[in-house]
Amino acid sequence: MAKPLIGTPAVAPWTPDQPIISIVDVRKAFGAFEVLKGVSLDVRKGEAICIIGPSGSGKSTLIRCINALVDVNSGSILVENQEVNDPRLDKLKLRRKVGMVFQQYNLFPHKTALQNVMMAPINVLKQDKKEVEERARALLAKVRLTGKENSYPGELSGGQQQRVAIARSLAMRPDIMLFDEVTAALDPETVKEVLVTIRELAEEGMTCLLVTHEMKFARDVADHIYFTDKGVIVEHAPPEEFFANPKDERTRTFLGQIL
Amino acid sequence: MSENSEAPFRPMAVLLEPRPRPIGLPDVGLPKLTMTHCYWLAVAALLVAGVAHAQAPAAPAQEALSAAPATPLSVIIKWLPFLLKGFVFNIVISLMAMALGTVSGVLLGLGQISQNALIRRTSWFVTQFFRNSPWLVLLFFAMFMIPFEFHVFGLRIPLPDWFKAIIGFALPVMANVAELLRGAIRSLPSGQWEAAESLAFSRTKTIWGIILPQCVKRMLPPWMNLYSLITMATVLASIVGVGEMLTLTAQVHAAEGGRPELFAPLYGFAMVCFFLYCYPISKLTQRLERRFNVKT
Repeated sequence: MAKPLIGTPAVAPWTPDQPIISIVDVRKAFGAFEVLKGVSLDVRKGEAICIIGPSGSGKSTLIRCINALVDVNSGSILVENQEVNDPRLDKLKLRRKVGMVFQQYNLFPHKTALQNVMMAPINVLKQDKKEVEERARALLAKVRLTGKENSYPGELSGGQQQRVAIARSLAMRPDIMLFDEVTAALDPETVKEVLVTIRELAEEGMTCLLVTHEMKFARDVADHIYFTDKGVIVEHAPPEEFFANPKDERTRTFLGQIL
Repeated sequence: MSENSEAPFRPMAVLLEPRPRPIGLPDVGLPKLTMTHCYWLAVAALLVAGVAHAQAPAAPAQEALSAAPATPLSVIIKWLPFLLKGFVFNIVISLMAMALGTVSGVLLGLGQISQNALIRRTSWFVTQFFRNSPWLVLLFFAMFMIPFEFHVFGLRIPLPDWFKAIIGFALPVMANVAELLRGAIRSLPSGQWEAAESLAFSRTKTIWGIILPQCVKRMLPPWMNLYSLITMATVLASIVGVGEMLTLTAQVHAAEGGRPELFAPLYGFAMVCFFLYCYPISKLTQRLERRFNVKT
C-alpha cells in the first residue's frame, strides 16, 4: 500500500440530513468483464432500498462494494461521509457500521446459534461477555428463535439459519444492513419467515439495502426501487410508480417475465 | 416441526432442558475385536509358525544334535521385555515426530496462505521439497546433517540419535500436514471468509477463530492416516542405528545364533506388534471418515 503523501483528509462529520450512503459513478471490472459501468445511487437514513434486475446485472457486486468486500476500480462510495474507495480506508471500522446477510447464510457451523451471534461483539468489539450474551438472546428472540440458542446451524432449517445470520449481523449494532438475495436459497415456505423479520427491521428504521427477486416484498417494503441491467441503473422510482408504469423498455420486459 | 420455535416465548419452555451437542471428537468407540479379527490373527500366527517350521530343517544338523534348540516361541517369550521396549521406543519416536511435525506443519500451511508473497512462496517451496523426498533420504539428511551436539552459551547440548531420528521423521510429517491444512482451508466455502470479513474480523482472527477450528474436523482422518504411516516408517531408523524394535530384533536374532528358523517368528512378532497398534487406528480413521461424510 502506498504511503499517503498527505494526511487523511478530515472527514466532515455525517449529519442525518445527508445521504447515509452516496455512490457516485462506480465502475468495477472482473478481468475484461465490466460488471458495474458507472452506477450512482443515494440512500438516506432509515430508508429501505431494493435493487432488482436480471442475474448477472451487477446487483450483488454493487452491495458488496459498500462494505468493501469488493474493491471498485473507480468512482466514489461514501458511507457516513467516509470514502470507501480509498486505499487508506480502515475496512474493519467500516464493517462495524455495515452489516451483511448472504444468500448462503454462511453461519459458522462449529458454533451454536447463540455463539454465532455472540462471536463478533466479543472478539471484534471486545465487549463484555455477559452483556453480549444477554443481547444475543434478545436478538434471537426478536427473530423468533427462542429455544434454538444451543442448536448448531446443521440442525436448523434454511429459514432458521438465515434468521440466525440476521441476528448475528445485528449483534454488531450496525447502522446499515445489506441483504444479498437472502431468500434465494430458501424453500418457498420458509421465505416468509425471513421476509417478516426483514420487514420488521425496516419498519423499525434500520437502513436496509436489499438485492431481491421477491417483487411483492419489494413493493410492500421498499421506499425506493432500483432496477439494474448489464451494469447500469436503468431506472429507479418509488415502488408504486415503478410497478405501475415502468418507463424503460428493459424494465417492462423484466417485469413482464417475472410477474 | 418449527412451529414450537415460532411461537412467542412462553415460560413453559424453560422446562425443556437444552440439549447441548458436544463437538470436537465425536463419540466413536474403539473397534471391538470381533471373530473376524481373531481369525486373521490366528492365520497370521499359523503363517509365521508354518514358515518357521518349514525353515527348521535348513538349520545346521550339528547344532541340532548338540542341544535341543529353543523353540521360536520360547525365544520370543525370553526376549519379550527387550523387544517390547524397542517397540515402545518406536511409538515414542512416532508420537514426538507427529507432534513436532504437526506444529511446524500448521505454521508452514498457514505460511502458504500468507498475504506476503515471499512467505507464501518460501512455504510452498519448503512443503514441496520435503513432501516429494523419500522418507529414508530425509532421515539420512537429519542423521548426518545435524551435529551430534552443539554449544549454546558454553552449554554443551548433546543430540542423541533418537532425537535426530524424530526430526528426520518430523520433516515429512510437517510437509504433509502443511498440505493437509492447505487442502482443508481451500475446501471451506469462501462464504466463511466473507461472513467473517463482513463482521469486521481481522484476517488473523478469522483464521484462528473460524477457519482453523473447522479444518480440525476435516484434517483429523487423513492426519491419523499419516500417523499410522509414520509409525510404520519408524523402523527405517534401524538403518541408521537407532535402537528401535527392528534393530533389537536383529540383535536378538544374532544373540540366538542367527538361526534361520528364528527369522520368520522374530520379524513376524514385530509385524504383529505394528499391526495390533496400527490396525485400530486405521479402523478408527475409517469410522471418522464415514461419520464426517454423513454430516458435513
